[in-house]
Amino acid sequence: MAKVTVDGIEVEVPNGASVLQACEAAGKEIPRFCYHERLSVAGNCRMCLVEVEKAPKPVASCAFPVADGMKVFTDTPVVRNARRGVMEFLLINHPLDCPICDQGGECDLQDQAYAYGHDSSRYGEAKRAVKDKDIGPLVKTVMTRCIQCTRCVRFAAEVAGTPELGGTNRGENMEIGTYVEKALTSELSGNLIDICPVGALTSRPYAFVSRPWELKKTDSIDVLDAVGANIRVDSRGPEVLRIIPRVNEAVNEEWMADRGRFSFDGLKRRRLDRPWVRKDGKMVAATWPEAFAAIAHRLAGLPAERIGAVAGALADAESVLALKDLMAAYGSTNLDCRDDGATIDASRPDYWRFNSTIAGIEDADALIIIGSDVRREAPVLNARIRKRWTAGKFPVAYVGPRGLDLTYPATHLGDGPAAMGAFAETLKAAQKPMIILGRGALQRPDGAVVLAAAWKLAADVGALTPDWHGFNLLHLFGGQVGALELGFLPGQGGKDLAAMLDGGVDALWLLNADGFGPARIPTGTFVVYQGHHGDAMAARADVILPGAAYTEKDATWVNTEGRAQRGRLAIHPPGEAKEDWRIIRAFSEGVGKTLPYNDTAAIRARLAEASPVFARIGEVARDGCADVAGPAATGAPTDAPFVLPIPVYHQADVISRASDTMAKCAEVYGPPPALAAE
Amino acid sequence: MAALDRVARSLLLSELVSGMALTLKYFFKKKVTLNYPFERGPLGPRFKGEHALRRYPNGEERCIACKLCEAVCPAQAITIEAEPREDGSRRTTRYDIDMTKCIYCGLCEEACPVDAIVEGPNMEFAAETREELIYNKEKLLDNGDRWEPMLAERLRLDAPYR
Repeated sequence: MAKVTVDGIEVEVPNGASVLQACEAAGKEIPRFCYHERLSVAGNCRMCLVEVEKAPKPVASCAFPVADGMKVFTDTPVVRNARRGVMEFLLINHPLDCPICDQGGECDLQDQAYAYGHDSSRYGEAKRAVKDKDIGPLVKTVMTRCIQCTRCVRFAAEVAGTPELGGTNRGENMEIGTYVEKALTSELSGNLIDICPVGALTSRPYAFVSRPWELKKTDSIDVLDAVGANIRVDSRGPEVLRIIPRVNEAVNEEWMADRGRFSFDGLKRRRLDRPWVRKDGKMVAATWPEAFAAIAHRLAGLPAERIGAVAGALADAESVLALKDLMAAYGSTNLDCRDDGATIDASRPDYWRFNSTIAGIEDADALIIIGSDVRREAPVLNARIRKRWTAGKFPVAYVGPRGLDLTYPATHLGDGPAAMGAFAETLKAAQKPMIILGRGALQRPDGAVVLAAAWKLAADVGALTPDWHGFNLLHLFGGQVGALELGFLPGQGGKDLAAMLDGGVDALWLLNADGFGPARIPTGTFVVYQGHHGDAMAARADVILPGAAYTEKDATWVNTEGRAQRGRLAIHPPGEAKEDWRIIRAFSEGVGKTLPYNDTAAIRARLAEASPVFARIGEVARDGCADVAGPAATGAPTDAPFVLPIPVYHQADVISRASDTMAKCAEVYGPPPALAAE
Repeated sequence: MAALDRVARSLLLSELVSGMALTLKYFFKKKVTLNYPFERGPLGPRFKGEHALRRYPNGEERCIACKLCEAVCPAQAITIEAEPREDGSRRTTRYDIDMTKCIYCGLCEEACPVDAIVEGPNMEFAAETREELIYNKEKLLDNGDRWEPMLAERLRLDAPYR
């Protein structure tokens, strides 16, 4: 530790820390453009100049290491003058277009120009102008505004692992670009918008739409992948205008995946905004009482074992619980939340959780990925793996389709489950080996055996010890784990999804269940679809109950680690749509099976009773493995190659399929539409 | 002595006489009342009347949808929506002023970086219904086209003091 005095305040910082970090520890704000705490130090903007005793001139605090006994001054005339000078140089070539710039109002340069800028310019010569680059449908560029801080270059190279941005030429002619004009291929490209300190990189879908002061800001959770990134939903009136990440070191640091960030325009399209009932083969608009009466009428004549319920990828914990309780009231045990057909063994929580935790990835020292394209299934989690890989000594191997680009080097072991063992020696040699099994690897007939084999591999290589749990199941969407935690699974004598679709039930209640093809439901089965988008499944339904999307309800979501987090209502659901658990509660009252809760506090108390994860919101227990006994499945898996569950990254769920922005992305990045069809 | 003075003044009706003298003085003075609307008084260049959205001489609308007027408006009378125009430039798709909310403070024209929204010299825009006083972009641009020579002149006169 080094003792540093900053403006008379003595602080202790670790050796090797920068002067800037010492100043922050002392509570002094240092202006900066190029410095970012999660990126390497570039030291090229010179805004963070401070005075250090005995140094002949001001030093760039971000790149200057501390020394014991150092005295730093952050607010002397020399420092202020130096910063004013830097600011004047930065503003020489920066256009005065704040009124038409989307960064206006939340711009680092604008804010700091208030503190250090001149009121007028002394510069009379020609300003430079730079041609805008086309880097894809998500990020808009106005390169004349660029101050060459190179944060974007460093982000793309270091965090995203797609070193596609760089600077060409030098001095006044320096330009940031992609060398060859092309769209960025990163799934984290939206973060470039956040880290750009000026308006050079802005959001294309959000272009000119709004100003930051007009927006209502609501904290929420991203559910379009299973990482559960903490987000802020910015809305104005009845519209979500943008989504940006919040900092949560344990989950997403400060990054966010593009699908979660840009697919919100899908919330306005193809919505189910009123109940519908099928009459004589045609869907007819109905009122809530009519829709409830139609369901009650059909369910009334059925024995309990002929009624089933399926919860899907985007169902929140509250409504899953309400549906489970409703089915219990009917006496039915035909429940299943694995609507994508993944054969998850739900007998123990650590069979389905990401046990090492996301932050725990940084402790691991060897990794095998089985049947998962982590980069596309959980881009933020993949960035964490890359962060661990960047730190060094981290062998990675994967089993799955050859040629996966995970943004870090990984050995390809084989296409099918048989290749799993090929990496065992490396894993055995590691202290904390890690196994990531993709949920997609379980969506096959021998999924249970694959799960057992992966668990056995973990046990064999010593990944399951009392202080390290190296077995991880990576889910795909934010609603999948919550339903597992609540035990939305076939009960005593209950039928699972396959049995239900095989004619095992006469009435099926689908809660956001879009994971399987509607053609699999036998004709004659009465289908209640409760969801928010009119996707393929809604067309098959006999009664449609319009629900709320994740931005439109106060709901609890569980991420792949088993971390329960609360999303909050940002906008109200459209039309007559309602919060999902309230729909089920209202229905239960109508059929005389009233559920014992009628407000959010009551259902949350019931949630906390149902599973301990809901009692500790935002936290996750990071336990070792107490019991190495594996899932009860015997036999060897077939050697059929793994198939990735998300063929088109940008169109993986009902919301992103309804989004125009995502459709444009799929066109630019994805395979031709013919292949993308499910 | 003071009592005597007061008695003398009231007996001689001095207040009445001085009052009548003032009346007589104004009787022969030039009249200040105007026969409005046939006669009008002068208006300063800073008079804050009906709003208008101006254009550049080439016909391009000035407003760039920066929303500063909307932000500064103390009565929250302005509503703006924007999106990229076909040529990629930043323009409003909606610019509404609720003239019944407006308090004619002139902060909108002070906030405007391109002199697009201005308050002109027109004060005769009374209407019979409230609906007519909710101005949209079309109406405001139309005002601008109609009043442009006067708007430009008053901006020119006021420029030295800005």
